[in-house]
Amino acid sequence: MENQQTFSIIGNRRNKSAVEKAAQGIFTLCAFIAILAVVSITVYMVINGTPALFSVGIKEILLGTSWKPTAAEPSYGILYVILTSIVGTTLAVLLGVPIGLLTAVFLAETAPKKLAAVVKPAVELLAGIPSVIYGLLGLMILNPLMYKLELALFKDSETHQFTGGANLLSAVIVLAIMILPTVINISESAIRAVPASLKSASLALGASEIQTIFKVIIPAAKSGIITAIVLGVGRAIGEAMAITLVSGSSVNMPLPFNSVRFLTTAIVAEMGYASGVHRQVLFTIGLVLFVFIMIINISLTGILKKGDKNHE
Amino acid sequence: MNDSIMNGKARISDIIIKILIYISAGFSVILLIGIIGYVFIKGIGSVNFSFLTTVTSTLKKTVGIAGNIVNTLYIIVITLLIATPVGIGSAIYLNEYAKPGKLVRAIEFTTETLSGIPSIIFGLFGMVFFGNVMGFGYSILTGSLTLTIMVLPLITRNTQEALKTVPDSYRSGALGMGATKWYMIRTILLPSAMPGIITGVILAIGRIVGESAALLFTAGSGYLLPKSGMGFLTKIMESGGTLTIQLYLSMAKAEYSTAFGIAVVLLIIVLFINFLTKYLAKKFDVSKVD
Repeated sequence: MENQQTFSIIGNRRNKSAVEKAAQGIFTLCAFIAILAVVSITVYMVINGTPALFSVGIKEILLGTSWKPTAAEPSYGILYVILTSIVGTTLAVLLGVPIGLLTAVFLAETAPKKLAAVVKPAVELLAGIPSVIYGLLGLMILNPLMYKLELALFKDSETHQFTGGANLLSAVIVLAIMILPTVINISESAIRAVPASLKSASLALGASEIQTIFKVIIPAAKSGIITAIVLGVGRAIGEAMAITLVSGSSVNMPLPFNSVRFLTTAIVAEMGYASGVHRQVLFTIGLVLFVFIMIINISLTGILKKGDKNHE
Repeated sequence: MNDSIMNGKARISDIIIKILIYISAGFSVILLIGIIGYVFIKGIGSVNFSFLTTVTSTLKKTVGIAGNIVNTLYIIVITLLIATPVGIGSAIYLNEYAKPGKLVRAIEFTTETLSGIPSIIFGLFGMVFFGNVMGFGYSILTGSLTLTIMVLPLITRNTQEALKTVPDSYRSGALGMGATKWYMIRTILLPSAMPGIITGVILAIGRIVGESAALLFTAGSGYLLPKSGMGFLTKIMESGGTLTIQLYLSMAKAEYSTAFGIAVVLLIIVLFINFLTKYLAKKFDVSKVD
C-alpha cells in the first residue's frame, strides 16, 4: 500500500495540501519568533525600567551623581555610570579602530599570502575566546601593571584613591582588544569589495601603493568601515563580564585612573543582591543600555541602506 | 598632493605606514599566542582527572568542575533542540515562501537587531520573562530559553546563506517532476543546505560555551551533578552554572588556580570548535557567514 501512494501524483491531493499548508504555517510561525522576541524584549525592558524613573524621579536618576543604593538614605544617580560607558566606549574605539583598520589593510592589500594565512586565523580565534577569559587575563596581567603605573603617577597626590589597578584605563584596553576582530573582519570585506579598477587607475597615475590605499581604497570603502566602527561601538558598550572585575568596584567620574562602573558592570555586580527600588534602578540602567543599543542598530540599518544605494 | 612621486619624503612616510601596518597585524598574532600561552602555563597544573570528573567539595577539600561541564552540555543540548528547528524554519520561510515586502523586512530587521543586543540584556529579559513571568526561576531551562533567542539569528542566517547557494534548477526540477513544495524542501533543499546548517549549529555551540552574562541571572550557579534516574530530568528545572559562570565566580572569589583551570578547558573547546568549522567549510566549500 505504501508503494502505491508514491506512484500516484494526484492520489492524496487533499491530504497533501493539508501537509503543505501545515508546513507553510509552521515556517511562518518560526519566522515570527524573531519579531516576537524583539517586541517582548522591548516591552519588558520598558515595563521594568520605567517604574524607578517615576518613583525616584527622572532627573534624580539620570542626572544624579551620587550612587548609594544601600545607604540608609539611598540615592540612585547614574550619570557617572552613563558617562563611564560613553567615555570608555569612545576611548576603546579610538584605540581599537586604528589597529583594526591597519590590520584589515594588511589582510586585504599588503600581506604576503603566507603571513595572511597566520594573521587571519589568529583574528578569528580572538573572536571566539570567551569574554570571561579576557576578564581573567585583564585582572591578572593588566591590573598589576596599572597599579605600578598608578603608584608612580600619584606618588605625591594626597587626594587620589588608589584602586589597585582596577580602573577605567584597564577596562578600555580590554574593550579595545575585544572589538578588534569585529573591526578587522568587517573592514577587510569592505576593502576587498572596492573595485580593482580604482586601484589600478590610481597606481597607473603614479601613486604609491600606500597612497592608493589611504587616498583611494579606504575612502571608497568608507561605508563598510563606518559599519565596522558602529558594530565595534555596539560590542564595546554591551560587554559586561570581561570588564566587571577589571574596571573596579565603585561609581566614580570616568577619569583614567578612577575605579568605575559601566552600565553593564553595574548590573552584573549588583543584580545578585539588589531588591526593591535598587533592583528597579538596575533595570533602568538596563533600559538606558537598551536605548543606546537600539540607536546603534537603527543607525546601522540606515548606513547599510545608504551603502546599498551607493552601489546601485 | 604637491608631492611628486619621486620625492623622497613621500617614500619615507610610506615606509613608516607600512611598518605600522605590520605592527598592527602582528599585534593580533602576538596577543593570541600570549593569551593561549599564559592561560595554559597558569592553568594546566590545575587540570587533572579529579578536576574534570568530580564536583567541588569543601568537606574533602577538593576542587572539581564535573557539574559545570554537565550543566554546559545540558544547556547546549536544550538550546539547540529548540533553536535549530526554529532557526531553520525561519530561514526556509524567508528564502522559499516569503514574498519581498514589509513583513520580510520586519523579520530581517528584527533578526539583525537580535544579533546586536548585548548578552546582559538577554540576561535581564530572560530573568524577568522566563524566570519570573513563566515561573521557571533560576534553572537550566530558563538559561536555555534565553540563549535560544540569542543564537537564533546565527542559525537563521547560516541556513539562509546555505539555501541561497542551492541552484534554482534543483527547485524547478523537483517541482516540475510533481513533487510538492514541502517534499522538495525536505528531500532536496535541506540535504543540499546541510553543511551550512551544521556550520551554523557549531557556531551556536561556540557562542553558548563562551556565554556568561546572559546566564548569570537565568541559569544561576549550581555546581552539583544531577542525581541518577529521574534526577537527569529534574535537573532541567534546577539551577546550573556553566563553565564560564564558574570561572567568573572563582575569579571573583580570588580562586585563581580554579579559574585558570577552567580557562584551559574553555580554550581547548574553543580551539576545537574553530578547527571543526574550518574543516567543515573546507570540506563542503560553503561560504561562511559571520
